[in-house]
Amino acid sequence: MKPKVAVFDFASCEGCELQIMNLEEKVIDLIDIVDVVSFREAMKENSNDYDIAFIDGCIVRPLDEKRLKEIRNCANILVAMGSCACFTGINGLRKQFTDEDVKRTVYGNAIIENNPYFDVFQPKAIDEVVKVDHYIYGCPIDRNELAEVITSLVMGKKPDIPNYPVCVECKQKENICVFDYGNFCIGPVTRAGCGAICPTNNCGCEGCRGLVNDPDTESELEVLQRYGLSLDDALDRFEMFCYQKGVVK
Amino acid sequence: MSREVKINLEHVSRIEGHGNIVMNSKNGKIQSIKWQVPEAPRFFEKLLTGRDYQDISHIASRICGICSIAHSLASLKASENAMGVVISDQTILLRKLALHAENIQSHILHVGYLAAPDLFGVGSIFPLIKTNRNAVTDIIKLHRLANEMSELICGRTTHPITLKVGGFTKIPAEEGLISLEEKLNNSFDIFRDVSKTILANIDKLPNFERETEYIGLVSDKEYALYDGMIGSTDTGMHDIDEYLSITNEFVVPHSTAKYTEHMRESYMVGALARFNLNNSRIKQKGKEVAENFGLESPCFNPFMNNVAQLVEVAHCLEDSIYIINRLIDRGLHDERVQVEVSAGRGIGAVEAPRGILFHDYVIDEDGKCIKANCIIPTNQNHANIQKDMEAFAPTLLHKSRDEIEHNLEMLVRAYDPCISCSTH
Ligand code: SF4
Ligand code: SF4
Ligand code: SF4
Repeated sequence: MKPKVAVFDFASCEGCELQIMNLEEKVIDLIDIVDVVSFREAMKENSNDYDIAFIDGCIVRPLDEKRLKEIRNCANILVAMGSCACFTGINGLRKQFTDEDVKRTVYGNAIIENNPYFDVFQPKAIDEVVKVDHYIYGCPIDRNELAEVITSLVMGKKPDIPNYPVCVECKQKENICVFDYGNFCIGPVTRAGCGAICPTNNCGCEGCRGLVNDPDTESELEVLQRYGLSLDDALDRFEMFCYQKGVVK
Repeated sequence: MSREVKINLEHVSRIEGHGNIVMNSKNGKIQSIKWQVPEAPRFFEKLLTGRDYQDISHIASRICGICSIAHSLASLKASENAMGVVISDQTILLRKLALHAENIQSHILHVGYLAAPDLFGVGSIFPLIKTNRNAVTDIIKLHRLANEMSELICGRTTHPITLKVGGFTKIPAEEGLISLEEKLNNSFDIFRDVSKTILANIDKLPNFERETEYIGLVSDKEYALYDGMIGSTDTGMHDIDEYLSITNEFVVPHSTAKYTEHMRESYMVGALARFNLNNSRIKQKGKEVAENFGLESPCFNPFMNNVAQLVEVAHCLEDSIYIINRLIDRGLHDERVQVEVSAGRGIGAVEAPRGILFHDYVIDEDGKCIKANCIIPTNQNHANIQKDMEAFAPTLLHKSRDEIEHNLEMLVRAYDPCISCSTH
């Protein structure tokens, strides 16, 4: 029996879901090993009978929270797909502002009180609402990593998600360090897996995959020190994708 | 005959984002019909405030995974206009190429993966892998080509890396462009096969017409996508600065995405609107597609938006080759990007795959965004979807409940709505 797979999205740009389609011909191979039973963006059929659920986006309203819990009840394995799902990602920037403030800025004086569509709370990552079994980081996720995760799960293996910094991949590619161009990069403390795609394009890493689990080690700080920067300088730059009240200024 | 039909379709499938169709009819009369948008709002206009001009486009790009290049470009143009940054001809050419890549990717995704299953009477592209394998692999080939093109210019298929205020962090190598040109040249045969397959099944698109106002960028130089003035089939040409009085956004209780209106209760943006406004400037290959499908301007059938998208794919493939040749003739130059920060307000407009897109920023003397407004194509289409439904549903009432629902779903799909983007 092929495992049954479902894909769902919450507050997101759907860019992570799009990476499934961006697997191009590989999608045909994946369809051979899994049975997609719910994927609203791509198919009409849907079912509550699935083994693995892939979720993109973060949770911002009670009605989303309810839908997510129903999904968790149906799924044996739940995978948070993309930085929005894993740690709220870009949506974390909203945590600087009150809910009232953001609503007024966008919807002005419109009457939206007691309307469940507009009833937002501060963005929550998927694991702030339900248990998450696996995380695929990135904004967007790397489609090859996604394919590997799917294959691992089908084989009953634990997906291998890197816990070393982007710098490692960047050096493997023999890139010129963007600090040498006078740019700032948080590759030294950001979780790898993207193939250091931003520095490869002469753009500093913006930390979209989040912090490595234990960033405070010598080798990871080496690059920063070479350019006279501290861990705090790097953490400041994490605001864009990893805003956390009180942690990052 | 007394007959009641109730439709309560939560989350229309094969579109981007969440939308519901609710309809009640009794004895051949529509009692209520509503297009609802329950998408989770993300408040991007607020998220952009306080951010440095160098980061704005990378944040704005996350408004939409499918049209992230268009968002980046509208964002960059707004920031550049606000700060008075002048960009080079090479940058403009490369940006146009990036926008073509996205237009092809998005249109092929829509026509091939999302709309085509309706023409074949299936629920998704997946069963077609078995029954129409060649057609599916051809669609995938075109989709992959478009993605490779984005990757070459933007560094990544989704959420461009290299696009920056003032220019590019990295430009493609000449060899990369030459090999892309070859692939584009080879793509016309594949495209011809795909459009033949679609044409053979095109009678599945309902024959429904409702005249509305069509709005999009217009230009006297080219089929306007990257630049132009605002054009309306009702009121003619307008400066980009007038965008607020064209769009007139307002909030309705059943949609977290705002609605817009101009001269009538609704207007339409997107490929069909562009075709109706600019069809004389479409490149030859695009004109041939229009002719094969019998698409003529003005066309008031929203379902023909699918065909207008195919016309644009052919146009973009051909125009991309033209742009590549110009880039190679001029020679590629590694240009140093120099930006002087200055305070001001700027508006940027581009044609995203689904229609005209506006970003409007105020930037302060430190280069930080202090106010942002974004008006998204699908925002501008929501009211038109509603009005089309009101006109279309009464013509369907002799059909079975499921057929009525299916037709209404197809209508929504024809717009290729990008709902999470419209809610942003
Ligand atoms: S992680 Fe990034 S690409 Fe993925 S859904 Fe969120 S914003 Fe989009
Ligand atoms: S700091 Fe950034 S550019 Fe430099 S080596 Fe590390 S990842 Fe690469
Ligand atoms: S280099 Fe950094 S910002 Fe770029 S994709 Fe990798 S983790 Fe994300």
